[in-house]
Amino acid sequence: MLDPREIREDFPILKRKVNDNPLIYFDNAATSQKPKQVIDAIKDFYENHNANVHRAVHTLSQEATELYESAHEEVARFINAKGMEETVFVRGTTEAINLVAYAWGLHNLKRGDEIVVSLMEHHSNIVPWEIISGITKANVKYGEVHDDGTLDYESFENLISRKTRMVCLSHVSNVTGIINDVKRVTKVAHENGALALIDGAQSVPHMPVNVKELDADFLAFSGHKMLGPTGIGVLYGKKDILESMEPFHGGGEMIREVSFNPKTKRCSISWNVLPWKFEAGTPNICGGVGLMEAVRYLKRIGMENVKAHEEMLTKYALPRMKSCKKCKIFGTQDTYVKCGIVPFGIDGLSSHDVALFLDNYGIMVRSGFHCAQPLHEVFKLSSTARASFYVYNTREEIDRFAEVLKEIGRF
Amino acid sequence: MVTVEDYVARTEGTCGKEQDVIVMFKFDKKDEAVKKILAKATLKKSIAGIVFELTFGKFSFRLYGSGKAIFRDLKDKEELNALLSELLS
Repeated sequence: MLDPREIREDFPILKRKVNDNPLIYFDNAATSQKPKQVIDAIKDFYENHNANVHRAVHTLSQEATELYESAHEEVARFINAKGMEETVFVRGTTEAINLVAYAWGLHNLKRGDEIVVSLMEHHSNIVPWEIISGITKANVKYGEVHDDGTLDYESFENLISRKTRMVCLSHVSNVTGIINDVKRVTKVAHENGALALIDGAQSVPHMPVNVKELDADFLAFSGHKMLGPTGIGVLYGKKDILESMEPFHGGGEMIREVSFNPKTKRCSISWNVLPWKFEAGTPNICGGVGLMEAVRYLKRIGMENVKAHEEMLTKYALPRMKSCKKCKIFGTQDTYVKCGIVPFGIDGLSSHDVALFLDNYGIMVRSGFHCAQPLHEVFKLSSTARASFYVYNTREEIDRFAEVLKEIGRF
Repeated sequence: MVTVEDYVARTEGTCGKEQDVIVMFKFDKKDEAVKKILAKATLKKSIAGIVFELTFGKFSFRLYGSGKAIFRDLKDKEELNALLSELLS
C-alpha cells in the first residue's frame, strides 16, 4: 500500500488553505494536482534545455529532442505499447479521439456504416462521432446503460454487427467510476471486423492498463489527469493502423518531404514516420517532459498500489457519506466494479449548491453534467456533485468531508 | 457611483438542467459585497454565519461567506445585473 502522507509532501498545493480551511481536493477526475518532481522537470526544461525538436544540429535541440522522444518511450512502456511509434502526443483525450474520428473516420466511413458508442460516454467520445457521421452519413448507435450506471453489455454487443466499423467505449465512466470490461467489448468488435477505441482518460491514471492485453486498436488519455501538465495527452494506436491512416493536421514535422513539381505545378508530399506523422507543427515539448516525469512518479508508486488506495478510499467514503441522511449516492456502490469516483446529491439542494457549500469549507468537488449529459438523462438527474479521489487523498479528508456533508444536510 | 463591475469578478451559468447563475465577487471586495447584500435582502436561514438563504423581492438566492452566490430562476443577464445593482448599491 502507498503512504498518502509521504506522497502529500511532494504536492506543494496541498499545503494551502481555501476559505481559511485546509484544502481538500476531491476533483481529481477533472484534473489532478502536480508533484514537485513534475513542476521541477518543467522548470529544468525551460531553464536548461529549451529548444525546438528535430532537424537541428545544435546541442540544445539535441537535448530537447532526446527528452521529447524519451517521453514517448516512457509512455509507451507505461501502457505496454510496442514503442514510441505507437504513442502519438496530442493535447488531451478530446484531441486524441478527434484525431481518430477525422483521420480514420473521414477516409473509412460511408453511408450504411455504423459507429457504436455507449450512453455513458463523455461528450468527447460522442460529439466527434456525431460530427463525422454528419459528414460521412455513417450512423451512430448508442448502447444502453442500466439504472445503476453499469453498461448493458447485451444491448451494447447486440448493436455490433458486420456494419459496425468502430466501437467506442470509456474504460472507466467519468461520472460513476464504473469500470467497463473493454477487453470483452474489443473482442466482439474484432469478431465483427470493427476497430475498438477506448477512452482511457479515467483509467490510465488510476489502474494498470496494458494495451496488448486489452487488444484495443486505439486508447486515448490525458496527461493532466495523471499528475502531468495540461495540454498534453496521448493517442495510442496499433502501428499498422496508424500507418494506414491519413494525417490529421498538415504542416511542419509531420512530413518527410514536400517537393514542388514544375510540370504539374503542385507539391508532392510524403509523410514522416510514426508518431511524428500525427504531430504537425512544434509540439508541446515541455508538456511531454512533464508527462514523462508524471509517468515515472506513478511507476515508482506502482499502479496496483494506486488502484488499491483508491478502492480503499471509496470503500471508506461510501458508508460515511451515507451517514448523512440526506446524501444520495448515484450508480452502483460495488467497489469491485468502480474506481474512486462517487457521484452524489443532497436532498433539496442543487449539485452547485452542494459544491459551493463544500467550497466554503475548503473542499473541492465538481458539480453539473460532467460533460456526460446523456448519462444524466438516463439517471433522470438534472446534475450531480462528484467526489473523486487520488493518490494524495486520505481517510482523514473523507472524515472531514462526511462531517461537512452532515452539516449541509442540516441546512 | 457604485457599479456591479466594482464587486463582481465573474458570473458563470451552471452546467446542468438547473440553469442557475453563480456570481463570484472580487476577492478584495467580497466582504463588503456580502455585508451589503445581507443588509438589503431578507434572511430566511443561515448556517454558522457562512451560508445564507436569502430573498429579495421575488428572487431567492444563496450567499456564501467565501464570496460566491447562486441565483435561481433568472430570465437573463440583464435581470441579474439589475438585481445585483440593487443589492450592491
